[in-house]
Amino acid sequence: MPRRNDIKKILIIGSGPIVIGQACEFDYSGTQACKALKEEGYEVVLVNSNPATIMTDPEFADATYIEPITPEFVEYIIEKERPCAVLLTLGGQTGLNVAMQLCEKGVFEKYNVEMLGANYDVIKKAEDRECFKEAMQKIGLDLPESAFARDMEQAKVAAEQIGFPLIVRPSYTLGGTGGGFAHNMEEFFEVARRGIESSMINEILIEESIVGWKEYELEVMRDNKDNVVIVCSIENLDPMGIHTGDSITVAPAQTLTDKCYQNMRDASLAIIREIGVETGGSNIQFAVNPANGRMIVIEMNPRVSRSSALASKATGFPIAKFAAKLAVGYSLDEIQNDITKETPASFEPTIDYCVVKIPRFTFEKFPEAKDILGVQMKSVGETMAIGRTFKEALQKGLRGLEIGHIGFDNKLDYRKISDEKIKLRLEEPNASRIFYVKYALQKGWSIEKIFDATKIDIWFLYHIEQILKLEHQLMEEFEKDKDISIELLRKAKEYGFSDRQLAQIMSKTEVEVRRLRKEKGIVATFKLVDTCAAEFEAYTPYFYSTYETEDEAEIQIAKFGEGKKGSRRKVMILGGGPNRIGQGIEFDYCCCHASFALKDMGFETIMVNSNPETVSTDYDISDRLYFEPLTFEDVMNIVDIEKPDGVIVQFGGQTSLNLAHSLQEAGVSILGTSVASIDLAENRDKFSNVIEKLGLMQPPNGSALSTEDAIKVAEQIGYPVLVRPSYVLGGRAMKIVYDRKAILSFIDEAKEVSGDHPILIDKFIEDATEVDVDSISDGENAFVAGIMEHIENAGIHSGDSACVLPPATIGQGMIDKIKKATIEIANELNVIGLMNIQFAIKGRNLYILEVNPRASRTVPFVSKATGKPLAKIASQIMAGKKLADFNLSYDDFEKMPHISVKESVLPFSKFSGVDIVLGPEMKSTGEVMGIGMSFGEAFAKSQISAHQSLPEEGKVFLSVCDEDKRVSVLIAKKLKDLGFSVVSTPGTARILKSNDVEVEIVKRYNQGENDPTSLMSLIKKDDIALIINTPSGESSQYDMRSIRAAAILHNVPCITTLQGAWAAINGIESRKTKEYKVRSLQECYKISRGESCAA
Amino acid sequence: MNKAILYLEDGTSFCGTSLSTKGTSAGEVIFNTSMTGYQEILTDPSYAGQIVVMTYPLIGNYGVNEEDIESQKVHVKGFVVKEFCRKHSNYRATASIIDYLDKNNIVAIEGIDTRALTRHLREAGAMKAIISTEDFDPKSLAKKLENVPSMEGSDWVKQVSTKEKYVWPMDGKEVLFKVAAIDCGIKFNILRILASLGCEVHVFPAKSTYDEIMAVEPDGLFVSNGPGDPAAIDYVIENIKKFFGVIPIFGICLGHQMIGLALGGKTYKLKFGHHGANHPVKHLLDNRVCITSQNHGFCVDLSSLSEDEVEMIDVNLNDQTLEGVRHKKYPILSFQHHPEASPGPHDAKYLFKYFVDMIKEKKAKS
Repeated sequence: MPRRNDIKKILIIGSGPIVIGQACEFDYSGTQACKALKEEGYEVVLVNSNPATIMTDPEFADATYIEPITPEFVEYIIEKERPCAVLLTLGGQTGLNVAMQLCEKGVFEKYNVEMLGANYDVIKKAEDRECFKEAMQKIGLDLPESAFARDMEQAKVAAEQIGFPLIVRPSYTLGGTGGGFAHNMEEFFEVARRGIESSMINEILIEESIVGWKEYELEVMRDNKDNVVIVCSIENLDPMGIHTGDSITVAPAQTLTDKCYQNMRDASLAIIREIGVETGGSNIQFAVNPANGRMIVIEMNPRVSRSSALASKATGFPIAKFAAKLAVGYSLDEIQNDITKETPASFEPTIDYCVVKIPRFTFEKFPEAKDILGVQMKSVGETMAIGRTFKEALQKGLRGLEIGHIGFDNKLDYRKISDEKIKLRLEEPNASRIFYVKYALQKGWSIEKIFDATKIDIWFLYHIEQILKLEHQLMEEFEKDKDISIELLRKAKEYGFSDRQLAQIMSKTEVEVRRLRKEKGIVATFKLVDTCAAEFEAYTPYFYSTYETEDEAEIQIAKFGEGKKGSRRKVMILGGGPNRIGQGIEFDYCCCHASFALKDMGFETIMVNSNPETVSTDYDISDRLYFEPLTFEDVMNIVDIEKPDGVIVQFGGQTSLNLAHSLQEAGVSILGTSVASIDLAENRDKFSNVIEKLGLMQPPNGSALSTEDAIKVAEQIGYPVLVRPSYVLGGRAMKIVYDRKAILSFIDEAKEVSGDHPILIDKFIEDATEVDVDSISDGENAFVAGIMEHIENAGIHSGDSACVLPPATIGQGMIDKIKKATIEIANELNVIGLMNIQFAIKGRNLYILEVNPRASRTVPFVSKATGKPLAKIASQIMAGKKLADFNLSYDDFEKMPHISVKESVLPFSKFSGVDIVLGPEMKSTGEVMGIGMSFGEAFAKSQISAHQSLPEEGKVFLSVCDEDKRVSVLIAKKLKDLGFSVVSTPGTARILKSNDVEVEIVKRYNQGENDPTSLMSLIKKDDIALIINTPSGESSQYDMRSIRAAAILHNVPCITTLQGAWAAINGIESRKTKEYKVRSLQECYKISRGESCAA
Repeated sequence: MNKAILYLEDGTSFCGTSLSTKGTSAGEVIFNTSMTGYQEILTDPSYAGQIVVMTYPLIGNYGVNEEDIESQKVHVKGFVVKEFCRKHSNYRATASIIDYLDKNNIVAIEGIDTRALTRHLREAGAMKAIISTEDFDPKSLAKKLENVPSMEGSDWVKQVSTKEKYVWPMDGKEVLFKVAAIDCGIKFNILRILASLGCEVHVFPAKSTYDEIMAVEPDGLFVSNGPGDPAAIDYVIENIKKFFGVIPIFGICLGHQMIGLALGGKTYKLKFGHHGANHPVKHLLDNRVCITSQNHGFCVDLSSLSEDEVEMIDVNLNDQTLEGVRHKKYPILSFQHHPEASPGPHDAKYLFKYFVDMIKEKKAKS
């Protein structure tokens, strides 16, 4: 059936902020869907609260709503836009959940909105454990054996029936407390008793344990004619028991015979049909017992997922794009495969390479959290690598992870690790287990012994052993001959060894190894990702490197590329690699924009990135895509073949910026701000001279290479000081220290992160207002695109602080001063492209905290708020245009009638034991944006979007440090006016009472935990609506930790700064007094431009 | 590690290494795009006379076992892969692929750029090739290739067909029908599926006569898959004609091609054939798209068949080639693809039911 003509307008629900478990893969799928539906001529209405997404760019939808993804706000949008249908399977769990709520509320029915892809019953059947179980039993598929028990007698009978090992899960407890494993009856009795006690209804679920089984995923697509195809099979290196998102995974499945694979395929077909997903993609997980092949169904996601993004990138089959087309009536055989152009989409991709995905963790940001992995996802990003063999892909993936490993290297000396430690690190799944597999092999452990400890399949261990054996061989040969033969060197490259790994073995530099192997004719060749293992000619230029005989990039460039003919110039854009805290989707947004803008100018664009979740690694964004790690070696291999006219390093965050030096040294032309200028901004002494020359102010500062120097500098400047390494992003290892003792305890971490670079020490200016500025310069002029006032005081990382644009409480005089300083700095540094400056305002003084001559995290936010595509403009300027070529009025961000607030989203609920207090080290994973006609409205919306909805009534717990006591009186009075009651600790209560504020006193934090009147009990009883607690000093901060942890568990908003409290009160007031409206970006811009607008 | 060479008829060569089996072996080189099922491929008699290139680079991951075989021996003339796995992982495995190939004396070559080779075959077409571990001289290899017969016009059926008639064991399943199968290189999975549908299959040598076959009083005739050029198997083609209208006929792959020829059609050689497990075929009787297993170098030309007699019921969506026909008057049905899969998806397995239905109908009438 062709395209449906009975629907005209379609609502797409996005996935909101980046959180652990839901990252930019949904921007990728949503963007694809928006493009596909617009291409088909539908009117697209989009809602997503995340401003950093490509999908929320105004050109991707007809009406773009950056509004909270909650039933309330989505209903406002539906009421206003009246879409005919809603596509809800592309916005992750967020999109699905909100659609289910709207359906339950009858909103879709009321406004006659059709659910495309999957309806309520289908989703319910897939998501509800009981319904799913029933459905699987109906079609004869195997599930883990399980039984419920309400007393020990029942439990014993069930355990005997199921057999060991098994898992006990108490029903209705928070966060799965009270559950556990049992390997025998003795253990079982203990776990079961504890479980029954901790369950609110004294019930436990006893389930057969499948931990350690092999884990697989199949990506399935179905159309309205009931055609079903499997897009990709994925095998997890880490077995059952570790969340798929935290597992190293491989595509295609490696250790299944055709018989077993086809059984799994049959089961997937049966499942998607039984669940009833009408059209679109689903993801189905299976576990296979390695001992006997028994196959169990784990779960099904009736929507596109993280794995479907991975599968799309791994095969070249664009699942989300096709899902959108299937949803509006097409069948698979009516859609063409873009890559071959002649075959239909109703086929199953076959691949002739191996894909490895490796999760990226950031446990270093949360030192109190253990890096132990389990069923709850903890990774914040991932990298994907493609190679002709698993060995090659694994090593490429490990160096693409950007965690300091240059492949399957020897970061730790195995001789210094005890057998006990290795045993522990192998048995307990953790973030660095893969390296411990190597250490174990180096120590002489057998593959079988490692399998027993890890349950990682023998097949993977065998390949890891092969890498190790070759490394041995390389070392031995070099030891013996002081050289490595061409054959062995070639083999090393085929096994994925990086030049840097070889450089270590051969005591040479990376550049020397590179020259040496090129002399010997060992050069990377590029192969095409084509969905069909070369059976058909492919037109889509999506490449990976390997060491083979034929280079297809060369062939394709000659055939289709225009750069070589001289008619078009070529620009290469370096992406940001795997997402991490501090460097994520915002940079991918900029990279995509660079590609769009340069294409518009007639350039040929070449994208290099290693992150499968992103839009930039969609093969139709740039003229050519290279899915490669972002290292000097890998980038240079592409430079060798493409010979670009210039490379853009400004947009991929610190990843690409860090390559600028070495690329320039290798003769690559860096577009935009020069490497020398970057250095000028990053180098302490040089930068201080610039500031002095311009007559600007900077907090007193210095730098140090040793601990002694650091203390000397700190004491010269005077405490408190801000200590941080150079050349890092996201405030990694950054801390405010108040005395010598603190500096001593922190310096080692900072030194480790800083490497050879000096540690930077600045005077910390207390109680200052921080401001972020984004600007664009063309080398002659600068344009200040936006000034953002932080809501939290200086000292909290700008990435974690909420901010408002235009500034809400900064006077015009200061704004002018900021603009002037920004332009002067941009001109002095000779910036070409984007620049971000952080200022601190204290009284009348304006201090320059940091200057970054590159794209900042706030570029997408400013672009959305002001309607100016900063990254696009900057790219075109880097490519030769001038500011004057763009219609940029100098100061219009201040004249906008709407106010935009950016709020950060923090991952604390995923890391137990971690305190939620903010500081100079960035901890947030994502951001949301609230748009309103007043600060209060914008702030309140941002809070709703960030899932920390402000309460409108109830009890507020207020406890502040001594410095804040005075202001707390005003806050308390305002809260009373708004109808809240106040509870406090004795100290704060005394002040409040003496100021005529009625207040209930509760015991101090950790006292009286079991006392029903203690704060802890009140939180547990859900009796507290809001916590305002400003910590004082490190020791009492510690005191509050358990309270803050409880607040997270019970979803009570917890504010830790006075500025935050004021903003919240502002928001609450607006929420209580105003009726909220939703406005699309397109409308906001129209109003800004003074055009009339129907709404 | 022993050096080995793959030398192609057009002078292209690829160097790699061999396994323990030494020697020189020639045949037609073709590529297969299945990611799983190498043991089924190795034992499929349809590959007799061919050197098979696997496009998936890692082969041998799950070893080999006693069950996943399609005949009693390995039929390929040579096996070309990127990398063999020397330590397999699967609970059913009984040996490694290395040991299996060596035991069966198969000349195999690994460590070559199989993607470059595949691209070459896609552009230049399937051709004769030779693998050697002892002769690396292009001239001498070219000379040896001259003596290798071309696939076109070659009768490979006589090499793989059973010498003696046999009955496939029913393993306790109830016998509902009796089917005669002309074995041109039949895959075990066809026999397994027919048996599961209650057909007791009497497997006949390809050269059996009409009378020999009819002597067992079959309810239906199955014409099997097999290697080589269908046009060269004139004795089977002639024989098939005698069954028209007598008993229902069902054919797969080579069998389908020979039925086409018997119906007066023509066959032609495809450039590089279809060998894989991901080909979309639309079944025109219910408009369903099946992902099918395919393995053929020749194809029946639809336009050569009489429209009055024969209708197309299956079409390949990749290149619009003919994938299945049905006779308008007689109970004759045949498929170019492999509904028995093995290796490959089971989507088209239901087509076997048509055969059973034809038999039932015929029985009901008589």
